[in-house]
Amino acid sequence: MINNDDIEQRTAAQEAEESNAYVRSVVDKTYEYGFTTDVETEVIDRGLTEDTVRLISQKKGEPDWLLEFRLKSFRYWQTQEQPTWGHLQLPDIDYQAISYYADPTAKKKSGPKSLEEIDPELMKTFDKLGIPLEERLALSGTAVDAVMDSVSVKTTFREKLAEQGIIFCSISEAVRQHPELVRKYLGSVVPYRDNFFAALNSAVFSDGSFVYIPKGVRCPMELSTYFRINAQGTGQFERTLIVCDEDAYVSYLEGCTAPMRDENQLHAAIVEIVVEARAEVKYSTVQNWYPGDKDGRGGVLNLVTKRGLLRGQDSKLSWTQVETGSAITWKYPSCVLAGEGSQAEFYSVAVTNNHQQADTGTKMIHLAPRTRSTIISKGISAGHSQNSYRGLVRVAAKAEGARNYSSCDSLLLSSTCGAHTFPYMDVENPTAVVEHEATTSKISEDQLFYCQQRGIPQEEAVGLIVNGYAKDVLQKLPMEFAVEAQKLLSVSLEGTVG
Amino acid sequence: MLEIKNLHATVGGKEILKGIDLTIKPGEIHALMGQNGAGKSTLSNVLVGHPAYTVTEGSVLFNGKDLLAMSPDERSHEGLFLSFQQPVEIPGVSMVNFMRAALNAKRKYQGQEPLDATAFLKLMRERRKIVELDGKLANRSVNEGFSGGEKKRNEIFQMAMLEPTMCILDETDSGLDVDALRIVAEGFNKLRTPETAAIVITHYQRLLDYLKPDFVHVLLGGRIVKTGGPELAMEIEQRGFDWIKNE
Repeated sequence: MINNDDIEQRTAAQEAEESNAYVRSVVDKTYEYGFTTDVETEVIDRGLTEDTVRLISQKKGEPDWLLEFRLKSFRYWQTQEQPTWGHLQLPDIDYQAISYYADPTAKKKSGPKSLEEIDPELMKTFDKLGIPLEERLALSGTAVDAVMDSVSVKTTFREKLAEQGIIFCSISEAVRQHPELVRKYLGSVVPYRDNFFAALNSAVFSDGSFVYIPKGVRCPMELSTYFRINAQGTGQFERTLIVCDEDAYVSYLEGCTAPMRDENQLHAAIVEIVVEARAEVKYSTVQNWYPGDKDGRGGVLNLVTKRGLLRGQDSKLSWTQVETGSAITWKYPSCVLAGEGSQAEFYSVAVTNNHQQADTGTKMIHLAPRTRSTIISKGISAGHSQNSYRGLVRVAAKAEGARNYSSCDSLLLSSTCGAHTFPYMDVENPTAVVEHEATTSKISEDQLFYCQQRGIPQEEAVGLIVNGYAKDVLQKLPMEFAVEAQKLLSVSLEGTVG
Repeated sequence: MLEIKNLHATVGGKEILKGIDLTIKPGEIHALMGQNGAGKSTLSNVLVGHPAYTVTEGSVLFNGKDLLAMSPDERSHEGLFLSFQQPVEIPGVSMVNFMRAALNAKRKYQGQEPLDATAFLKLMRERRKIVELDGKLANRSVNEGFSGGEKKRNEIFQMAMLEPTMCILDETDSGLDVDALRIVAEGFNKLRTPETAAIVITHYQRLLDYLKPDFVHVLLGGRIVKTGGPELAMEIEQRGFDWIKNE
């Protein structure tokens, strides 16, 4: 608090300089999940050709139609160029230098069936990550599909969920056991031609989760998938498909971590969600991939296409994401509001520190009358990072009475970081109401000092203020994960204010 | 308790404090008066360690320890409290979480276990009554949407929670109506123990009517130029500061 008496004696420039010196980054944060697991992993040779695609399909024992889908995707991908429109300095990725399949469970033929068959090292790894695979140790009310590299290690509570007709398993298993469902929906929301990374994923996707909630069923547990990259020189190509049938409900959470490595690792995922009439899906992400070191070496390249199709009348979908990890994030969880009266939400907190880059946001495509969407985005940038919000709100001619509210806030913790907002609007129906608000602020020296005067140490004060700033989004997360996410926000920004 | 010797301090490269000497013993109340720009708030900001202020000369001992070597949060843990002239708003951070972080940081410093949620909420209920702070305000974000008077009451409430031994009230009376002033001043008096000392910065006699200072100091050009008893404040109320300048 500077008294008015004194403030006149200071020039604005001096004040800005001092404030920058005070709120400057001296960053050296530690990444808690950077360890590696020493487990015998079958890794296929590096490089990507049609033969690689065939090999992956063969390893997974897939039917011909899926191999055909992969090959079509691969051929299309070959004709495409890596996109350059993001506010990102995406390195030239050498797609021939990556291995597209790594199986840490390969030692056991045909994959482990019971807990006893899982390599103890894998069990230990997930324990260490706070994701116990033994059901009796599980976080209350949460079923987990644990994916390491290209393979699902274990899905918990499957039998219990099956009693209500809920299918929760890895997508590879769904292809074997429920081929008709997978065939019906795979690529129906994100076609393989959607974009460069979607085509790549469609060609080489490995594991992810499959969820089917039957008509009228309210899923009694949180479903969650935990993604872990372990093997070196590999990429991870997650594919997740969630189908929520009429009048059904599910809350789904995904988490992700990776070891600290000097080279970039590629995670190119597709998540597709189908929401039928009056059904509701809540999809939450706590993304904590390895962000690279303080000089920007290494880190995961997180290039993801996520989209939900609100197919039925009065259906609901909400995306909530807390993005703290990855060297580069390129991700726009979107909603196609095709059902009349459907409602979509996007709540996002994206934190970038050191040399991280994030270009993230959403697309809300209103196709039907009375559709509503809400976008709340909070960007927090520190160090030398670049943080962009990119969003599209489109209202088609038929979307009578559509409404959108967007609010995009940026919080800057250093004078060397950047925050950018790219909101696009395309409104073809005159009855639509589309609102957009945006703010940019710096964490204030006075707020920090106020906390400190009350005895709260500086690092803790930054965590408190940032969590307060992100509160609107954090409170959308399921309770157990909100606490984790709060801690994560504080840890990600450790040492940003010095 | 507090020994300030030859304290010089600058802000933005300009010297504001030009040799302050002040000794405060436990239980004493010292009023600090003076015109705008005399350095009153600079002195309080320097004592609590605001990073925008630089001490260029002098020393401050607090209970025998070098106060200037401590971080702002350590000073707080040692028992120093500033009631801010303009308390800031911290959106999204509830008063409960804020106070709990503050109190538990202090307990940690003193080697005590954190207070559990039930005991903490009970303490909060008790203490907010002292300044008649509405329970609803305690559930809101720190100072957000508080009126000027509520902000000041909230400062004294925080004092009640943290039980400091050395309080600085920086124009706590500014912007308060008569009733709010009484609540704040009486609240402060209820919190006083025989050990509690205070520096009260004010322009007006009315706050001092409640707080009854032992000493009144007049600050001029970064120095204490006159010290007296309560009668000095009365004289200033009637005659202003110009006569002191001419002395």
